Amino acid sequence: MGSPNHTFLRWFRGGLDSASPAHKPVPVGKTSRRCTALGDFIRSLRPLGIGNEDEKLRILDLGPTSPANIAFLTGMGLHVYNEDVLHAARDPQYRSHNEDGSEGMDLPRFFRENLDYPQGKFDAILAWDVLDYLPEALVGPLVERLAYVLRSHGALLAFFHTKDAGADLPYHRYRLIQADTVELDPRQGFRLQRIFQNRHIENMFKDFASRKFFLGRDNLREVILVR
Amino acid sequence: MWKARPEDNKPMTSNPPQPSQTGAASSAAASPTTSTTMPPKDNSKPVPSFSERADVGHIGKSVVIRGELTGNEDLYLDGDIEGTIDLRDHKLVIGPNGKIKASITAREVVVHGRLEGNVAATDRVELKKSCTLIGDVGTQRIMIEDGAFFKGAIDIKENPQRSKPAAPSFPTGAGSSMGSSPAYNAAPASQGSFLDPK
Repeated sequence: MGSPNHTFLRWFRGGLDSASPAHKPVPVGKTSRRCTALGDFIRSLRPLGIGNEDEKLRILDLGPTSPANIAFLTGMGLHVYNEDVLHAARDPQYRSHNEDGSEGMDLPRFFRENLDYPQGKFDAILAWDVLDYLPEALVGPLVERLAYVLRSHGALLAFFHTKDAGADLPYHRYRLIQADTVELDPRQGFRLQRIFQNRHIENMFKDFASRKFFLGRDNLREVILVR
Repeated sequence: MWKARPEDNKPMTSNPPQPSQTGAASSAAASPTTSTTMPPKDNSKPVPSFSERADVGHIGKSVVIRGELTGNEDLYLDGDIEGTIDLRDHKLVIGPNGKIKASITAREVVVHGRLEGNVAATDRVELKKSCTLIGDVGTQRIMIEDGAFFKGAIDIKENPQRSKPAAPSFPTGAGSSMGSSPAYNAAPASQGSFLDPK
């Protein structure tokens, strides 16, 4: 089989068969986990004016439509925007072919029809772990777009899996349960595409003023990025 | 010997008296099986669904409308509509076959099908699990079923007629719970939730 690093790289490039003996059983059912960064993320909204009835803060949720999240966030007095970018990225209408025949994405069209907001529109963004599952071509441009639509001092919450999470980690929908607790609802249809090292994350979000990392015991890094 | 009684001369049978032989009225009282079969007949009296009610306008799935649609009655739309829909104080239901591209104003909007456009509902909006809504929603209450697809903004508007409740509290520590919001506790997340105006 080769060294662990070699195995990991093969998996990273999609070379491992999901039916191989290394395939781990996919957990089923919902689980909840404490999310320290979420509490910090919510508290970071207070200086921005949360609870102001005249001018509600705007928050963008990039995950799948979640009644719980919408209830939670509107209950806080936020103006909630929802765009399931993973769902959109899977839409065949955005696929294109590069000059060498390889498959690419029609990025101009994707961003005309998704995340088309003016600069600094949002006070906060919940990115969850979508960057780990997005097609490679979309990661950089999406981060640029998020930086564009997030206002100065606005906060972005993102999750990144560690290498130890394993190739077969299912995609989850995150539901806000409490200010420091999220529920993970496993969903089918998406595969972990990559693992970001901390250095990658810092480079990717270099336009952000600050980055705060929280490492969970379940191989998930919670990161708060402030614009 | 024993003197035969009149009833002993009747032929032996293991079957109880059949309702059909004794009449429906008496059998209903006599036979438990009959009594259990009767209620479904009573229940089978159709309770008209929203789309079947006489006071509800109905636009079927083969209908295509381009333009402005206004009305003073509840409306069920299952067709292909493009333009604007204004029902003011009435309820609009978009059926599972409905494909709507329109800005909607109504008291209450229920979406089963596909809707592209903004929704302004004075009372509430309900997104069923089969629905796709691309647009902004402004309403006092919203219910979203698990499985509904929504892309856009949600603005929960305050009912001016209601007295203003106390200001919401926000977490001061990592362990603070946001679950104290009555809106959030109103319904289990798996079924959707109604949001009361703040």
